[in-house]
Amino acid sequence: MTVIKMTAAEVARKVIENQSLFILDVRNKDAFEDWKIEGHSFDYLNIPYFDLLDGVDEIIPQLPTDKDVLVVCAKEGSSLMVAEMVSEAGRDVFYLEGGMKSWSSYLEPIKVSDLTGGGELYQFVRLGKGCLSYMVISEGEAAIIDAVRFTEVFTNFAKEKNVEIKHVFDTHLHADHISGGRHIAEATGATYYLPPKDAEEVVFDYTPLEDGLTVKVGASQIEIGALYSPGHTIGSTSFIVDSKYLLTGDILFIDSIGRPDLAGLAEDWVGDLRETLYRRYRELAEDLIVLPAHFMIIEELNEDGTVAKRLGDLFAENHGLNIESEEDFRHTVTDNLPPQPNAYEQIRQVNMGKITPDTDEQTEMEIGPNRCAVR
Amino acid sequence: MNSTKVLDVKGMSCPMPIVRTKKEMDTLNTGEILEVHVTDKGALADMPAWANAAGHTIVDQEEDAEVLKFFIKKA
Repeated sequence: MTVIKMTAAEVARKVIENQSLFILDVRNKDAFEDWKIEGHSFDYLNIPYFDLLDGVDEIIPQLPTDKDVLVVCAKEGSSLMVAEMVSEAGRDVFYLEGGMKSWSSYLEPIKVSDLTGGGELYQFVRLGKGCLSYMVISEGEAAIIDAVRFTEVFTNFAKEKNVEIKHVFDTHLHADHISGGRHIAEATGATYYLPPKDAEEVVFDYTPLEDGLTVKVGASQIEIGALYSPGHTIGSTSFIVDSKYLLTGDILFIDSIGRPDLAGLAEDWVGDLRETLYRRYRELAEDLIVLPAHFMIIEELNEDGTVAKRLGDLFAENHGLNIESEEDFRHTVTDNLPPQPNAYEQIRQVNMGKITPDTDEQTEMEIGPNRCAVR
Repeated sequence: MNSTKVLDVKGMSCPMPIVRTKKEMDTLNTGEILEVHVTDKGALADMPAWANAAGHTIVDQEEDAEVLKFFIKKA
């Protein structure tokens, strides 16, 4: 039977369209438990490739015949080897091109909405890592918020849309993934903005992203306004786009809230986080649609693949927005924190411009889930 | 560390380092030690996991520049 290549883009469609898929993950057990391809209707079997060197006969009965079987490994090599063995045993089987490395890199641009006067808002969903980036387009111009490091995805998209990238923002100094913001700005001549309180150690020039700053995208209509909202980091800043969308960065997610410890200062910043979530955000219109910089679990995806929800609904449903006592809140966000993201200290150094690893090293640093939230 | 045999799989990527290591181990006698030189970073997690599953013991491990060296005692 045949071995067929499946790309990360094809897997992404299956996630978004809620299709079924059986994943035979041949990485070692620790790697699988730490991080895997999540889908609403995916089933899994994890057997390390090195347990299959003598043959796959034992697992063949466990592979379904009524859905696609996709063999997945870290980089591709082992999945191809196992897929060939499964095929020799008489089954059609797929392998993931480029493995988890390519899954971690894939970005799916999804239109969130039209904006005033013919503008458009896109969310770039990095399914493998749970990162969300944004592009606001209006009248031949574009602004990008929280771009990940695959800069050509954004510059190519802008070309396709025939718009010029004028403004590039990072809501904060990221610790879980490498920002593409500075490099996009360098390549396009756009202005790169970073909150100054997060940028004290950076070694490049940037434009300070201050509270109350507004920029217009296109000649007239779309306005992006900055709202200082510390807590995940001391500089964390949110954006209000076209008076309708609230880009929360890593402060507020759909089903969780930001963690205050990734720059090492949980105790200091917990008060800021409380203030932002329980006062600053409360003063905003409940009809704003929240667009965060991450999702943590697949249940946070809407039916069209976007990650977006009304602020008023989050006030009602998000556990992190419903902790009455300040003391309980402090405990929740400082005591039971999940493990920190892989290589987060190095990633911060990269985003400050202090170290410049090559692409392979960057990929290695970004392995694993983002873990920016506390639930 | 005295090894019975040295296997050089530098430059090879996953799954070849483990495939070759297993093949080589099959030719050794119980208690003999295979020394494996590998550059694929995946081996850092996979070699111990494989050895553990196969019952072999990693008696020593070194890192010399980019080269990982495993000393594996056959079960």
